[in-house]
Amino acid sequence: MTAPLLSVRGLRTWFHTFAGIVKAVNGVSFDLMPGEVMGLVGESGGGKSVVGFSILGLIDPPGKIEQGEIVFDGRDLAQLPEDALRRIRGREIGMVFQDPMTSLNPVQTIGRQMDEVLRLHTTLDARARRARCVEMLESVGISQAAERLGAYPHQFSGGMRQRVVIAIAMLARPRLIIADEPTTALDVTIQSQILRLMRRQIAEEGASMILVTHDLAVVAEMVDKITVLYCGKVVEAGPVREVIDTPAHPYTRGLIDSIPNPAHRLPRLNQIPGTVPDVRNLPAGCNFRDRCPRAQALCAEVEPPLIPKRGGQQAACHFPVAIGEPA
Amino acid sequence: MTAMLEVARLEQRFQLSKGLLDRISFKGGIPRLRDTTVHAVNGVSFSIAPGEVLALVGESGCGKSTVAKTIARIYEPTGGRIRIDGEDVSTYGPRKMLPVRAKMQMIFQDPFASLNPRQKVRDIVAEPLLQQLGSGRRAEVSERTAALLARVGLNPEQAGRYPHQFSGGQRQRIGIARALSVNPGLIIADEPVSALDVSIQAQILNLMLDLRDEFGLAYLFISHDLSVVHHIADRIGVMYLGFMVEAAPRDRLFAQPRHPYTRALLSAAPTIEPHRRTTEIELTGEVPSALSLPSGCCFRTRCPFAWDRCAAERPALRDLGGGQSVACHLIDEPERDRL
Repeated sequence: MTAPLLSVRGLRTWFHTFAGIVKAVNGVSFDLMPGEVMGLVGESGGGKSVVGFSILGLIDPPGKIEQGEIVFDGRDLAQLPEDALRRIRGREIGMVFQDPMTSLNPVQTIGRQMDEVLRLHTTLDARARRARCVEMLESVGISQAAERLGAYPHQFSGGMRQRVVIAIAMLARPRLIIADEPTTALDVTIQSQILRLMRRQIAEEGASMILVTHDLAVVAEMVDKITVLYCGKVVEAGPVREVIDTPAHPYTRGLIDSIPNPAHRLPRLNQIPGTVPDVRNLPAGCNFRDRCPRAQALCAEVEPPLIPKRGGQQAACHFPVAIGEPA
Repeated sequence: MTAMLEVARLEQRFQLSKGLLDRISFKGGIPRLRDTTVHAVNGVSFSIAPGEVLALVGESGCGKSTVAKTIARIYEPTGGRIRIDGEDVSTYGPRKMLPVRAKMQMIFQDPFASLNPRQKVRDIVAEPLLQQLGSGRRAEVSERTAALLARVGLNPEQAGRYPHQFSGGQRQRIGIARALSVNPGLIIADEPVSALDVSIQAQILNLMLDLRDEFGLAYLFISHDLSVVHHIADRIGVMYLGFMVEAAPRDRLFAQPRHPYTRALLSAAPTIEPHRRTTEIELTGEVPSALSLPSGCCFRTRCPFAWDRCAAERPALRDLGGGQSVACHLIDEPERDRL
């Protein structure tokens, strides 16, 4: 059996604010195999972006990785010093962020921003770097690539800028891409173009990807497996079709049921009642119990561990939803 | 029955810059004046019956929000007619609009920016009502405010709090209570759930439909999200580059979309059941600039079926029966509808 490319174990990333400790990520574990695409999903405050930032070593004070291992290709990223991390970011792990307006430098041409990645992370000479930049821009669907290298970010539309960001992320042929809401700021027809592009690029390079998103539909189109976060903890994980078709955790079930489905319209959507609890002041037991239709006395006392269910699925619930059972 | 809202040939143009120096350019040494008119809305017509939900969908820059804001008379229309409950308000000034605002209210996208952070919730909700009634009836107003807050699912005891003490979903409820305060017949909702998490989005959509049934409200619902629109709308209008390219009852639009853009939108929308997807038109390229509209059909630069007629002649919106109308030359030449 091949070893995982990335193995996150018991990750805790906390933010020490004046109002208290925000346990944004509070014991998250998962494995990512080479070539695998994983969706990290959940609503605002679930901790999904902080997991991505923790892997990249981009947690700044008052945030801190308190505990846990982030083993990437045999090295624990949580223990590496900043200069070692800098050599990994961009070369071995590429990043795509949500906002294509702010993730590019507005006062440098895109050619210069692309060249910088190759200058820092490869031994290519100037001519080879330029050739690689042109090749990469063309492969993300930007025509007249050689001329476009001299253009500034504001000369591109949002969708085109996100293509440039993806090109930069893929330039040094990283083995892992972390994409944080890469299409959330884009229109739906542009979104589908970008998603198709990312899927193709990942497959061609044989890279792995973690797709951080709130949008289950995007996840369903893109990933091999899903990890669902709620209040900084994994509540459910498993292969994408199994999790979406037969969710075991009531939160996952609630999320899926609250998406309007044109294939079978209901007079009322099945809403999850209430709101996410204050992460500075989480209840004892299960974090979801106040919003859960299945909660019983046990849920207030004992926090449910993540345990294997059927077919590679895992769920952290004392009273999981059985297949075919109404919520 | 009078339509709650009737819009005829609505046009909205914006001048980007009026300065001569900004517009001048030289081509081969000859000075030219660049046209800096943004053609945001180009002759859109529709009507909404009392109790009906009409959704306008389309991508950024298609003019759907401009339509909403022009109807709410945040903008003055540069052409066309707007009738609210039979009354033509197209040329009304702010003073004449005030009584009309008792019939029409708006809910905004951003629940953070659309509530005054320095006002208490009770004052936010009461403000439209005090505008209508005059400040002499405060007791009545405060009673109604409490009832409204309870109706939208908030605790009336929290009426003394400020907006920042509420979550995004709760703030959107406050915005809804404010819109309901004057008992309007029409609510214009501009992307009311797109800033919310999906579980909260479902709560707000359910609330809006309940209120429609309870008060007989008509909604003009602006959204880019087709699954949301499918849930809430009775009828749907699809906009592209300031034109209405297709309009139809909900189920008909989803079952048999006719315009290539509608079909592409439906194909592109991500779904949790991608294996069930049927139509497949993949669009390439991007929306042209509203500064210089393409000749003929607005969609021809991205349309996989376009031929020379599409560049020469702008297709008019034509009634296909069953409440469906579409602006596309393919209707005349269906044999070209093949990829």
